[in-house]
Amino acid sequence: METLSLLSLSPPGWGATLLAGLWNSILIAVGAFGMGLVLGTLGAWGKIHGGPVTRDLLALYTTVVRAVPELILILILYFGVTDLVNQLLLALGHDRIQISGIAAGITVLGVVQGAYATEVLRGALLSVPQGQVEAARAMGMPPFLMARRIIFPAMLGLAMPGLANLWLIATKDTALLAVVGFAELTFATRQAAGTTKAFFTFFLAAGAIYLIITLLSTWAFHRIEGWARRGEPRNAG
Amino acid sequence: MTEAAPAPSRSAAPEAIRVTGLRKSFGPLEVLKGVDLTAHEGDVIAVIGGSGSGKSTMLRCINFLETPSAGTITIAGEPVRQRPDGTAADRRQIERIRQSLGMVFQQFNLWTHKTVLDNLIEVPVHVLHQPKAEATDRAMSLLARVGLADKAHSYPAFLSGGQQQRAAIARALCMEPKAMLFDEPTSALDPELVGEVLAVIRALAAEGRTMILVTHEMKFAREVASHVMFLAGGLVEEEGPPDRLFGAPQSPRLQQFLRSVG
Repeated sequence: METLSLLSLSPPGWGATLLAGLWNSILIAVGAFGMGLVLGTLGAWGKIHGGPVTRDLLALYTTVVRAVPELILILILYFGVTDLVNQLLLALGHDRIQISGIAAGITVLGVVQGAYATEVLRGALLSVPQGQVEAARAMGMPPFLMARRIIFPAMLGLAMPGLANLWLIATKDTALLAVVGFAELTFATRQAAGTTKAFFTFFLAAGAIYLIITLLSTWAFHRIEGWARRGEPRNAG
Repeated sequence: MTEAAPAPSRSAAPEAIRVTGLRKSFGPLEVLKGVDLTAHEGDVIAVIGGSGSGKSTMLRCINFLETPSAGTITIAGEPVRQRPDGTAADRRQIERIRQSLGMVFQQFNLWTHKTVLDNLIEVPVHVLHQPKAEATDRAMSLLARVGLADKAHSYPAFLSGGQQQRAAIARALCMEPKAMLFDEPTSALDPELVGEVLAVIRALAAEGRTMILVTHEMKFAREVASHVMFLAGGLVEEEGPPDRLFGAPQSPRLQQFLRSVG
């Protein structure tokens, strides 16, 4: 009973704090995943169709981001970049700015997601059968329309398993932002556990919340993949 | 060109497709070494030849799916504008020209994530901006013509190869093209499915459509073509009316080719 009251939504329960943390985690995961999709789409397109300079720059991006541990990247981008921006502002005679935790979290994780998404989407793009594209070209489809109506839908089914993975990584990477003191779910949990000394209760509760996110996401991605692959017989019925 | 005594109807009608001095190399390999072709409206030109003779490449150069290394393509009197490297210079022009040439591929190439009906109305609705109801009506009547009215809402993967190819022909017809380009339309089909596709093509020929047909079906070529071209080694080795080409082939290569395909 005492355990449950610790998790209650109204003080002295910590439920509201955890939920606020969860909300922040979801916001960041959604934002980072979305930014990753945009960067990944551009990155994949650039790696396949870009000139030598574009391709080299993208190779540098995906290599560096995927080589360096995400924790380090977060520390570099969060503290390093904030410091750099502020030094620049001071040198120009402006005041320091406080970068919002959410914006910084989304940007940092989005850059990481973008590197992985570039490779996931590049693989999927290359797997789109050439005949699908040729049929569109032969019928005089303009390039942008072809990308939107033929290539991306054909690619989606191929990309879904990799993208589902990336989303799940995004939800859990939000926990890394606890190190910079951002009040996402893991940080909120640690705060609650530290204050009440009910470590087991709170970390178990947080684990359960992450598990529920994963289960719901898996279900959702399964549905989306089934839709994206609706033209394939083995997914029929 | 060894063109002798073209049928009177060939030269009377306006020109639909003219290919002049077409060359195409893939790296060091020269696949086409200077090919000329003229199709007037209503012509059915069958292009035959061994594998590697360049016949598919020639067809794909007509709508610039392949970039010619040299030579010009003129569609209904309008030359395709090219850059010095051979690529189409004006995107809008080549898109418009491609819309007037219905292409049918060996591998059908229906869009797998769209139903048969959506395959047919995709370009009419989204590129040509026709009202959806109007495009759907035309698509449904075309599907009925090729015997696929009951498959309109199926996905291509649920159709047999013959059905897919008939749907692909209907998709090309849905654009109301001025001419049709067939790239070995029956080569990927099981033998028992070839007939149903040939029947559709035969009906199109009978209604006077202009078409260029790259094919391995010699009997069919003889039956429907108004003119036959035999390509060998990237050149037109022999061409003429089907009865002469198949009945009295002149060149040794054509004689040998016809013997080998039986």
